[in-house]
Amino acid sequence: MSTINEKITTEIRKVAKELLEKDEVAAFLGYTEGTVPMVMKPFVARRPEDVEKLFWNSFCVLNLANYLPLVLQSLEPPRRPNDPLPEGPLPRVGVLATGCWSRNMVVQIKENQIERERVIIVGISSRGMVDRKKVQAQVDHLEITEVIEEDHKLIVKGPGFTKEINRWDVVRDNCKSCVHPDPVIYDEVIGDFSGGRQVPKRFGDIQEIEDMDIEERWKWFQEEISSCIRCYACRNACPLCYCPTCFVDDSRPQWVGKSIDKTDTALFHILRAFHCAGRCTDCGACESACPMGIRMRLFTKKLYKDCMELYGFEPGLRIDEPLPLTTFKLEDPQDYILQQGQKGEEK
Amino acid sequence: MKPLALFKSELDGFLKELSRDYDIFGPKRQKKGYLDWGEIEGLSDLDLSPGVTKTSIKSFFLPQPEVLFEFSTRAREERAFRLKEPKCPDRKRVLFGVRPCDARSIYLNSMPYKDDCYFQKNIERNIVIGLFCKAHLSTCFCTWVGGSPTSTDGMDIGVYELEDSFIFLPFSQRGQEFLRDKGLREIGQKEEEQIDAYKNHAPEGISEGVDIAKEFSQKSLFDLYDARFWQEVTDPCLNCGTCTFLCPTCYCFDIQDEVLRGKGRRIRYWDSCMFPLFTLHASGHNPRGEKVKRVRNRFMHKLKYFPDRFGPISCVGCGRCVRDCPVSIDIRQVIRQFLEI
Amino acid sequence: MCKEQMKNIYLPYEARIEDIKVETEDGNLKTYRIVFEKDEDKRNWSHVPGQFAMLSIAGKGEIPIGIASSPTEKDFLLFTVNRAGVVTTALHKMDKGEPIGVRGPLGNGFPVDGELKGKNIVIIAGGFAFTTLRATLIYLLENRSDYGKITVIYGARTPGMLLYKDELKSWQERDDLECHITVDREAPGWDGLVGFVPTIAGQVKPSPENSAALICGPPIMIKFTMPPLEEIGWKDDQVYLSLENRMKCGVGICGHCNVGPVYVCKDGPVFKRSEVQKLPVEF
Repeated sequence: MSTINEKITTEIRKVAKELLEKDEVAAFLGYTEGTVPMVMKPFVARRPEDVEKLFWNSFCVLNLANYLPLVLQSLEPPRRPNDPLPEGPLPRVGVLATGCWSRNMVVQIKENQIERERVIIVGISSRGMVDRKKVQAQVDHLEITEVIEEDHKLIVKGPGFTKEINRWDVVRDNCKSCVHPDPVIYDEVIGDFSGGRQVPKRFGDIQEIEDMDIEERWKWFQEEISSCIRCYACRNACPLCYCPTCFVDDSRPQWVGKSIDKTDTALFHILRAFHCAGRCTDCGACESACPMGIRMRLFTKKLYKDCMELYGFEPGLRIDEPLPLTTFKLEDPQDYILQQGQKGEEK
Repeated sequence: MKPLALFKSELDGFLKELSRDYDIFGPKRQKKGYLDWGEIEGLSDLDLSPGVTKTSIKSFFLPQPEVLFEFSTRAREERAFRLKEPKCPDRKRVLFGVRPCDARSIYLNSMPYKDDCYFQKNIERNIVIGLFCKAHLSTCFCTWVGGSPTSTDGMDIGVYELEDSFIFLPFSQRGQEFLRDKGLREIGQKEEEQIDAYKNHAPEGISEGVDIAKEFSQKSLFDLYDARFWQEVTDPCLNCGTCTFLCPTCYCFDIQDEVLRGKGRRIRYWDSCMFPLFTLHASGHNPRGEKVKRVRNRFMHKLKYFPDRFGPISCVGCGRCVRDCPVSIDIRQVIRQFLEI
Repeated sequence: MCKEQMKNIYLPYEARIEDIKVETEDGNLKTYRIVFEKDEDKRNWSHVPGQFAMLSIAGKGEIPIGIASSPTEKDFLLFTVNRAGVVTTALHKMDKGEPIGVRGPLGNGFPVDGELKGKNIVIIAGGFAFTTLRATLIYLLENRSDYGKITVIYGARTPGMLLYKDELKSWQERDDLECHITVDREAPGWDGLVGFVPTIAGQVKPSPENSAALICGPPIMIKFTMPPLEEIGWKDDQVYLSLENRMKCGVGICGHCNVGPVYVCKDGPVFKRSEVQKLPVEF
């Protein structure tokens, strides 16, 4: 077993137990072990004794920020849709956060999805999570029945084989190109922070696609999404996708067909990506959740890159920074937001 | 009809011959590395590795989408619907290498779809050539839910893969007719012995002699419905459609009209009880508005409602949901929890 | 494509809107008189009060609507439609003479020729849920001698929100029928009963003796109507309810309308209250 993960797991349990015992939080959001190798299960600890089920390893690929709004809401006293919130402070939730997850929490706070006062963020610097699809490729897609994680390698076992894999070789692409592994907001810290990372070609994968000519690029896109089954695991794993009714589900009006027509599927992926522009932190949860191995993260990352180049903006790094796509500056080249002859105020 | 045999070296020719009269589909290695259904023209397309394909057999029986009928988009102006039922394609399909779990799903889905002419037409169109399992994955649990690696439910023909040959056994009238004149030879003595040795590869049952369909039908609905474990099962759920769309026995659908390039058509397409809009009333009321109710419904339908209505459990133990659930929700755990109640 | 020898359960009968009547003052409820295009379809059609049908609008989709006409009304079908979703909104924009599809009849209906025969019948309805009970009442009156005493308790928010106003008047004038029409609040020009349906039911005190009650209305009305009935001895297996859920196929396959193990579209929509008590509250 990895000594690093073991230490973090012990620390997480300690912190969570303390928070639950002292009633600082009513629930603690972390990870527990799944029943198949390399899949971890988000877990809500509600009693101090539950913390023994908490685990940490390199397969915590989903973004815990995604669960926060619902867990917070579940702790509020039941009320009807238009009833006011009850007086006094509402129960809090403790939550683990790596760099990207914490940045999504910043976005959630800015977009009024969660309240800062109601979350106790336990920060962990991410070493990069492992892509189980990469591990599967390393063993020619034979069935994997056990994976033992050490600090820098994985020991992968299946019927009739054992293979050692260098951990970094199978780390997810988004983690490999991540320069913000440390949490940006937190109340408690587990382990040491890395102090940031240098990545040579941060947008290398995007550059490659940008370099294709337009037909080639369209072909690549079509092919990438061709196996989509419209299960919406990508959308539902995403902390940014919280619209009460998603445009693909809406029937008044019906924007998009609901079957697996090529155009409809393309529209879903394109619009979803644009909807996440200036908000996506490249956490990779969408891609990790996809059962079909579609790399939809490349669509959102392209828009991440555009936002950086156009606005010099990276989402979720600072809580006091306005969001680029909900902000207008007088020096913006487009003036459509102003009424004719009027000068608007910078918001 | 006696079992018939084919040397492995002859399979390529057999498939190529077959492809003159049939569209053949079978497990094929995909670019992304996993097995999935694909069109088969010869042996090189086929991959008969152990385990089930990524998606289930159901898209051949419940195509995504299925056109129910077409109508004039000018119905209002013309004062007439002008409904037109879609034509049936002439060519029949052979589904080759269907695992017993997938084949059993056809048999199970036929129960609710008994009177559904579109489903029944697809049953008629598809010749199911099953492939018995001589190895299983860690996620396989067919033996828990009424199936087995040599179950023949839903198959027209079943195939044993032996060392040097394939053995074909017909299980339906259609299967018998299909095997006639296909140039297969009679089975040899040695091959018969190999078949017998085949039968000891089943995944372990949940417990000796437990018929869970019977167990669950004897349990009170509300004991299961109000069980304490639902919240914990639900907590990690993303409410995505991965489990339902990969599941061979999740057969729910929605119906919608599409108007496209001057043509109107009514289609049905897969829907998922995991989605909040599944049960939303026009008034805004939603009887399964909360996640826990939706997760509970999916398991209750498979393990209690369906067996109470039709007898067997609506799960074939293929393990796709277990394998690909992004948050490792495991129906085997739910089954165990049901048994404890 | 469809298997040839089988009936295509998804294909609607081609029909036409013959007449449209605005029922309520807010204009949100209209009654459509529908006639079949083909005589053959008309001949083949037979339904039971309490059943429903899928109304189809080309390009918009289908919607389950209770059949408001009695099987004894031979030449047409009536559907009273509340404007709520996509299809009903489209339907509200349609004119006389326009084509419409009808698929059905679907569901079980009230056992008018079974258990209800020879019994005293109490019909309790609130708001626009009166539609299939109108069908039932017409049927009962056409076969009057088959049933005992008939009592109707029907209420709406305001006088203008009552359905089938002309018929209500004629029913009130009959002496083989006890008809209590009520509105929630006093209203100018209204000299009838005032009060919620449960309150009126409590005052009418219909006898449970050899009786059955058919109740349709919003869940809250049903909830409050039960206690006064129970107080005077009504049992759950004497009470018939009509449930509603989102439906798509209407034939118990598509999975949308299940309440626990039952499908509202196929096993219902009419259930005895004693049966409903055995189901989870998922409707």
